[in-house]
Amino acid sequence: MSITTTRGTAAAALSSPTGSRHFKAKSRPGERVIIWALRFAALLTVATTVGIVVSLVVPAVEFFTEINVGDFLFGDRWAPRFAEASFGVLPLITATAWTTGISLLVAVPLGLGAAIYLSEYARPRVRKVLKPVLEVLAGIPTVVYGLFALTFVQSVVFKQWLELPTGAFSVLAAGLVMGVMIVPTIASISEDALSAVPMSLRQGSAALGANRMQTSLKIVVPAAVSGIVAAVVLGVSRAIGETMIVAMAAGQQARMVAGPLEQGQTMTGFMASAALGDSRVGSLEYNTLFAVGLLLFALTLVVNMISIQIVRRLRKAY
Amino acid sequence: MNNTMPAAPATDDVAAHLGESSPGTHLERPDNPIMACEDVDIFYGDFKAVSNVSLQFGFNEITALIGPSGCGKSTVLRSLNRMNDLIEGARVEGTITFRGEEIYGKKVDPIEVRRRIGMVFQKANPFPKSIYDNVAYGPRVSGMKVESMDELVESSLRAAALWDEVKDKLKDSGLGLSGGQQQRLCIARTIAVRPDVILMDEPCSSLDPIATLRIEDLMHELKQDFSIVIVTHNMQQAARVADRTAFFTALSAEGSGDRTGVLVEYAPTRKIFDDPADQRTEDYVSGRFG
Amino acid sequence: MSSTAHRTSPAPKTSRGLKQTGFFQGERSPAALVVLFALWACLAFAVLFLLVLLVTTFLDGREMFSWHLITDYASSDPEQAGARAAILGSVWVIATTAVMTIPIGVAAAVYMEEFADHNKWWNRAIEVNVQNLAAVPSIIYGLVTLGVLTALNIVQRNIVIAGAIALSLLILPVVIVATREAIRSVPNEIRQGSLALGATQWQTTWRQVLPSSVPGIATGSILALSRAMGEAAPLLVLGALVFVTFDPTSIFDQFSTMPIQTFNWASRPQEEFHQLASATSILLLVLLLAMNAVAITIRNIYEKRW
Repeated sequence: MSITTTRGTAAAALSSPTGSRHFKAKSRPGERVIIWALRFAALLTVATTVGIVVSLVVPAVEFFTEINVGDFLFGDRWAPRFAEASFGVLPLITATAWTTGISLLVAVPLGLGAAIYLSEYARPRVRKVLKPVLEVLAGIPTVVYGLFALTFVQSVVFKQWLELPTGAFSVLAAGLVMGVMIVPTIASISEDALSAVPMSLRQGSAALGANRMQTSLKIVVPAAVSGIVAAVVLGVSRAIGETMIVAMAAGQQARMVAGPLEQGQTMTGFMASAALGDSRVGSLEYNTLFAVGLLLFALTLVVNMISIQIVRRLRKAY
Repeated sequence: MNNTMPAAPATDDVAAHLGESSPGTHLERPDNPIMACEDVDIFYGDFKAVSNVSLQFGFNEITALIGPSGCGKSTVLRSLNRMNDLIEGARVEGTITFRGEEIYGKKVDPIEVRRRIGMVFQKANPFPKSIYDNVAYGPRVSGMKVESMDELVESSLRAAALWDEVKDKLKDSGLGLSGGQQQRLCIARTIAVRPDVILMDEPCSSLDPIATLRIEDLMHELKQDFSIVIVTHNMQQAARVADRTAFFTALSAEGSGDRTGVLVEYAPTRKIFDDPADQRTEDYVSGRFG
Repeated sequence: MSSTAHRTSPAPKTSRGLKQTGFFQGERSPAALVVLFALWACLAFAVLFLLVLLVTTFLDGREMFSWHLITDYASSDPEQAGARAAILGSVWVIATTAVMTIPIGVAAAVYMEEFADHNKWWNRAIEVNVQNLAAVPSIIYGLVTLGVLTALNIVQRNIVIAGAIALSLLILPVVIVATREAIRSVPNEIRQGSLALGATQWQTTWRQVLPSSVPGIATGSILALSRAMGEAAPLLVLGALVFVTFDPTSIFDQFSTMPIQTFNWASRPQEEFHQLASATSILLLVLLLAMNAVAITIRNIYEKRW
């Protein structure tokens, strides 16, 4: 055997005085540098959040020195570029509420249904075909969805085929297409939650004579409800923040929206169109962009926090 | 050569202390220990997993740790090369020494501890690399000055009784080997960094009897150069390979369901199996319990 | 189609004999069939929608889908207009985004998975923060970049590096999450085996964990980049909706991208421009599908090695 180890007799070693004879720490300066670099990268994500808050708040504060916060939040006329400018954000909010609401009416049942089907009914081979379809749906750029909403859903389906009384744009077309865009988000997160429900629960239900429908709807879905709620809330925040579909298909006129066939400008729609104009840095128009941006960010943050809280509370219950 | 144990009288401080703290424990300590535990308690958070263990591991001997599951034998093993540092909340109290030096001492580098005290795991865990790279990995990462890596790889594989089977496919993935071969590859990999002690955590538990026998033969050979500590749930295995055997069991703590591992008896293997001093040991080795 | 539904409905083998008694509801009770059909219809609608979207986009864009689209610059005459500058712009922006995001995202994920002590509140805060960043609307990242450029007194905002920064901020959380998952899927035995041989934690990470995570990281990064490639909103805020009739040659050049060009053409009234928008969409979809295919192939090849 050619393994040679360098050691004396252990007894001799035991009798010698203690100290760090065997395990003296090597200094590894390179590794410390590397670990600091890794930590720095992780801290960049925190810097991003700080950057978001600072870059939104500073111009927004300037905005609110000129415009009363109450007038902004509760005013029902949005006309920042008119000579007689008005900065009531309610029209943008109603349009956002319409598009978000419509998209959820589409996305929640479709996404949840697809998730239950994939998780509880579909055979592995069927899943293998259908899951990539959902992935493709999730991978389509929003500008392509927007183009489809504008040129096909609104102008062909609504106006030509259904002959609905609507103009070139509507919050319905935008909301509908946006709903389909969100389906993969809700479906995949819900499906993860459903699949995570232990098999033993299903077997227990089946052993009591329940069929697959009863097991799915009465046992599996309630057990996965925290994940499903998280999926829906994430869908809400995506719908509120989605820009291109509403910018292209919902319209560009900011006014209080009273029905699904009307056009309206959402918060994101305004931000997209305001950026098109070459607004001067520091001008009221420039700052308006950030004030709306801050409102949007705050809304999505609140929605997101609610989702985290719901998930936490429900997780405790189970 | 170490099979005949000089039964050292328990006059030493350590042994005397042990005798007091756990009455009924019969101790014959190795005359030439390479590692020792003194009054070791191991905690996971608030939970005391192992209580008051004192043990010596003989130089170039095989020491087996046996006992029912949950008795803390693996926990003790993992504390010997600071692998339980990696478990959040794990804490060792008491002293564990390697050649008289405390391995949990302040200035001790756990990386260096693991270089001197290697470990083979329950489930063979070859890296997803070639057989050659698996063996060369340890020397490379520890910056060992090696004249010829090829020779080191060959001698390590020979020492692990694997060379003849793999010499023509050193570039193949280690994951392509059979279970027993994978485990011997892990032993070769451990030998390559030339540790003084090799810890084995139920190394044969997922192997068939023939592969198990090969590993046991290998252990007898390795004993010439290394001190080995093996955890096993297989009493026959302990009887076949070990010079000394420590029997652990789990005691329920008062007022809670937590079970804490304690050392019941530590003696030359033959004594543990033929003439145990403690009733619990006898029950266990005769198959009446566990 | 209905036969598909039938086949996927589970055969009630165990209750077949009992069903006739009317005592057990079984898998083919009316309610169960209605629910099954409804669930199936949800997926069918999604698939149908996808098909209609692809077909109409293809039909609208097929006339304009020619070499002109790739070789010509944008023009006010739809017959001569192409998306050359936008295509090159997309390549420039995405390449720059990849170079910035992947190293930072992987490093952050490695720190969070392998080095951060999760008992420390600041490390948990970093995790919650990444979760939150992933839910921030994309247009906000445009505003942030705009704000930073303004603070730095950079007047020309529509430059490749600015667009890439906005998109990097957008996909950084995605890359981090994907990398963390890939790292987490490396079995702990590998780490322990390496550490037991006296490797340091960084050596273990660099020589064992990261090589094993490469397929997962590659898949996640490609998917994240394909998302960035289809994104328009943050670039819109930076003023990317301009008439670019030259190839970008450095990261400080002005640019347009395919989604921006699509938006531009879609917002014009003439039908021909809508067709150009569809043609650009086809090209964009083909590129994204190719990227997705690469990502999924990598995932399938390297799936479950342990």
